[in-house]
Formats: sequence, C-alpha cells, structure tokens
Amino acid sequence: MDILDLFLHAGFWAATLRIACPLIFGTLGELICERAGVLNLGIEGIMTMGAMSGWIWVYKGGDLWTGLLFAAFVGALFGLIHSIFVVYLGLSQHVSGIGITMLASALSFFTFRMLLPSSTTPPKIVPFQPVSIPILSDLPFVGEVFFSQTPMTYLALAIVPLVIYILYRTPLGLAVRMAGENPMALEAQGINVLSIRTGAVMLGSALMAVGGAYLTMSAFDAFYFGMINGRGWICVALVIFASWRPGKALIGALLFAGIDAFQVRAQLSSSAKIPYQFFLMLPYVLSILAMVVMARRARYPKALLTPFRRGERT
Amino acid sequence: MRLELREETNFWLVFLAPIVAIAIALIIASGLIIWTGKPVGEAYFYLLKGAFGSGFAWTETLARATPLILTGLAAAVAFRARFWNIGGEGQLYCGALAATWLGTGMVTLPPVLMIPFLFTAGALAGGLALLLPVYLKTKLKVDEVVTTLLLNFIILLFVNYLLEGPLKDPMSLGWPQAMPIIDQGLLPKLVEKSRLHFGLIVGIASAVMVWVLMRFTIWGYEIRAVGHNPEAAAFAGISINRTVLRVALISGGLAGFAGITEVAGLKGYLTLDLSPGFGYAGIAVAMLANLRPLGVIVSAIFLAGIYVGADTMSRAVNIPNYIADVIVAASVLSVLVSLMLTQYRVRLR
Repeated sequence: MDILDLFLHAGFWAATLRIACPLIFGTLGELICERAGVLNLGIEGIMTMGAMSGWIWVYKGGDLWTGLLFAAFVGALFGLIHSIFVVYLGLSQHVSGIGITMLASALSFFTFRMLLPSSTTPPKIVPFQPVSIPILSDLPFVGEVFFSQTPMTYLALAIVPLVIYILYRTPLGLAVRMAGENPMALEAQGINVLSIRTGAVMLGSALMAVGGAYLTMSAFDAFYFGMINGRGWICVALVIFASWRPGKALIGALLFAGIDAFQVRAQLSSSAKIPYQFFLMLPYVLSILAMVVMARRARYPKALLTPFRRGERT
Repeated sequence: MRLELREETNFWLVFLAPIVAIAIALIIASGLIIWTGKPVGEAYFYLLKGAFGSGFAWTETLARATPLILTGLAAAVAFRARFWNIGGEGQLYCGALAATWLGTGMVTLPPVLMIPFLFTAGALAGGLALLLPVYLKTKLKVDEVVTTLLLNFIILLFVNYLLEGPLKDPMSLGWPQAMPIIDQGLLPKLVEKSRLHFGLIVGIASAVMVWVLMRFTIWGYEIRAVGHNPEAAAFAGISINRTVLRVALISGGLAGFAGITEVAGLKGYLTLDLSPGFGYAGIAVAMLANLRPLGVIVSAIFLAGIYVGADTMSRAVNIPNYIADVIVAASVLSVLVSLMLTQYRVRLR
C-alpha cells in the first residue's frame, strides 16, 4: 500500500479518532488531577475498572448511558480513595497511586471472574452504535471521519472545549489551577484546598473510567484481561507532552492515535520484514520520546506532589 | 481532626503496623468472599492450608517467595532513595534474557563458576535496563515512574520477539520458549522432589547484604540521606545523581537476580509467562516491610503464602484466585496508612 493512499483514506482517519478517544478521556482526567496538584497513578487501574464495570452493567441488562454513568461513578469512588490517602493524609502520591492501580485491577478481574466464571469465548454486549449526524455526515471525507461516529466519540470531542472552558474561564477552574500552583494563596481566599483537590481527583478519575469504558462499550463489545495494556501510563506521558494544557492534550492524543493507526496498517502491509512486536512497541517508545522532547519545556504545576496541610508552611 | 507529629517512634507500633494492615486487607477480602456466598472461615482455612499446611505447601510457598524477596529488595532499595523504580518486571526479564543468552550453550563452565556467572550477568542486565530512566531523570528531570513502567511493556514485547525469533527453541513444538539452560547453570534443589531451589539462599543472602549496605556503609548512609532530604544531602556534599545511579544499578541488579532464579531455578527455560507480575508484587513486599531489607524476607514469604494459598482456596471452594491480588493491593494501601500512624498521632478536636 502506498503511504500517500493511506492518508487519503477516510477509514484511516476514522480509526485514528477511535483510538484517540480513550486517550482523550484518560489524558484529560489525569490532567485535571495534576492541575490540582495531585499525581494520579491509579489511572491504569481506574481505566480497567471503568472498562469492566460499564461493560458488566450493560451485560446484566442495564442500558448503555446508565452503564457509562456507573463506570464514571466507580471511577470517582477510586478517586475518592486516592484523595483520602494523598490529599487528607498527605501520603506518597506515587505509592498510593500504584496501590490504587493494583487494587482496582485486581478487583476488576475478581469481579469479572466471579460474575462470569470460566467463559472461554468472552461474552459480548451491543455497544454504542455509530450515529450519523444529518447533512454533516453526507459531506465527503469529513462526514465519514467526524460525523459518523458513536455517541461516546462525540462526547470525547465535546469534553475538550468544556474542560478548557471550566479550567480557564470559571472561578472553579481558577481554584483548581491555584490548588496545583499555590495552595496557600487559595487557602488565603477562604477556599478549602483539600475539597478542591478531592473534587478534581474524583472528577478526573471519573473521566479515566469513562476512557476505559469507551473500549468495552464503544470500540469493542467485550472485556478482556489486560485490555488497557498500558494506555493509562501513556496518558500520564501525554499530560507531560501537552504541558498540562487540555487543548494540547487533544492534539497529543490525536497525534499518538494517528501513529498507532498507521502502525497497525503498516504492520499488515509490510512484507514481514520487521517483526510485529516492534510495531506494538511503538506507542510505548513514542510515549518516552514525547516526554523527552517536552522535558526541557515542561512546566509542572508547582505544588504537584506536595501535600497541603492547613496552617503548615511548605 | 488533626495530625500531630509524634516526638518519638514507638518500636512496637512500627512492628504492629504491617500486621494491622494485613488484618484490614483480609477483612476487605472477607467482604468479597461473603459476596461470592462462600463460607469465610472455610475459605481462609484452605488458604492457610495451601500456604503453610504441609511440608509440600512450605516448599511451594518458599519457591514463590524467592523471586518476591529479590523484587521486594529491588523496590525497597530504590524507594529508600525516593527513586520510584516500578520497572522490576522488565528488569526481571532482562536478567532472564541474559541467562538465556549466555546460559544455553554459549558459555560452558563448571557449576561453581557457571551459576555465579549467570547471576552476575543477570544483575548487569537488570541494572542496564535502568540506565535510560536514570539518565532521563537526572539530566532531563523526566519522571522515572512513567519511564520504568513504559519500559516494562517494551521489554516484554522484545522478549516476545526473541522467543518467536532468534531465541526460539526449535524443539519446542511451536511454543514460544527458549532453549533450556545447560545443566551446569541450573540451580540445585534445596529439597528433593520439590520446586524449592538454591535461589532462596541467594534471596536471603541478598537481603542480608542489602541490610549491611544500607545500615553500615557510607553508600547506605548516602542513599538514606538522599531519600530523606535531597536538598540537605546535596548541601552536605553528597552527589545526588551519583547516588541515584548507584541505587538504580543495585535495584535493577536485584530484580535481574529474580529473573535468574526463575529461569535457572524454577523453569529451566525462558517463556513469556516466566513472571506473573513478580515485579509489581515486589512493590507490595517492600511496602509491607516498611522498606527494611530483612523485613522483606518475612513479607515476601507471607505474600507468597497468600498467592499459593489462594490457588488452593480457589480449587477447594471455587473463589477466583484474583482474590490474592486484591489482598496484596489492599495491604499496600492499608500499610501506607498504618505506617503513617506510627509517625503521626490523630488528635480529635
């Protein structure tokens, strides 16, 4: 296949968008947490949890949208646990996050195995179906790429401007950013830093869970163990790549997904000269590269990783 | 409610902290067992029986503890210096790769030389796997958590490639596995007809050596100083970068050891399922031991018992054996809190 042909093919761009969606949710979720000063390494486990809980809700007869809400709720719950540990008790954000990932993944696998004991072929649900937006979807090329997607894809695209608006244009967003930059000043304004941070972590975790649920409820129709496969960690890298800006996070996720979609196609078309494992490595290698490229320009939220204790100077 | 720093740390509190944490984890797991509708007492009886109930159970548990002691030490050393090495899994596979590369016929030495040779190679390979994260951390301030985590995936895919390509055993009937380690390189069994092997001795000896290193040497002092307060350590003339590099090499080397014990002690050849997450479980081992090297031995045996016992429990009363992972994860989180309470006191006001 000619490479130029590939880029002219609408299917490639539609696939890029599909691959980008879980990353968009996850990256925005992590970004919100970090903007409030909390590193959330629970992301990998929370995404697994979201993928499992949303799917099982629908499998047990629930409807897709409430399933999505359920996944978000479960995600927020794990965000709350992380907050209690790192915001209220001031424990190590690294260790607590890894602990949350371990706990959330283990609970997901346990629950799945318990409710569906030993099924060899994974059972399936009817996931979100593509919805064509009238008129717009008839546009050549653009219609196929952007306007014939599933509702969750539209949700992912809509949530980016929403997060930008809230973070930069509302008092709440200002409070979240201040919690991550200068919590003392926020406290001086009479705003409770701990509540703001907890809220941000819960909301961010809910978004991560929705990102996981995208995989089982929109992109595929079943839950597999190891389905998240490092996507959470890639999101953490993407936040750095985006220098903590939601708009850049969207671009990062799309760029990343584009290379991933290209990788899959290149793998199929290459005449077996390069082993497929090297193609599969690409996303992880790129994540490291992305952090390296942006490292010098990285502007961390100043209070990231620093617990805030009322009445104590840091 | 308010947290207040204790003036002195009570030894008994520190001793009790992990025990309380495990109790909390077991209570959480009981909730799950009740949810499955199975009798809790019976389930835990089978867990205990499967882990420590017979001589055979003990050999299985200790065999499982062997890599956990080493990955636990790897995490403990690194975390002491606040170097968050979450890449134990990948470093373990690097060690196993080195053993496979050198130990399947390329080098032939008598066992007394061959076994130390393989361990040295494994440690070097594990340490090398951390060079990139260390370089990125010290030169570019790239967070090592993410790089070590991502490297796990890269290394595993690389092993996958080698097992299906250059390192594939042609006699393996299509399974992706490497050639067996030559007899001179295999670790001797400690108990006849069991899976318990010489690796356990290596694990315990490593723990003692790490303890001596951390407690009685200047290196150990510098590592603890950097972990405690990097600014003060730098002010006192300790080179942070050099200490981090040293810690990384020791930590990666220990995880590489775990790869050797598994490939040359337990399995005899490299496969993709060599480690069911020993690298990640090592973090739990280290946390439960409060990052103390000798405590790592105890907590590794305990967590190994949970893993081995959960298999028995799962067979006997049909509870998914993922419950072991739940117990391990829950104890990581609860030990964080209980250890904090050894340093702080809660004042209700």
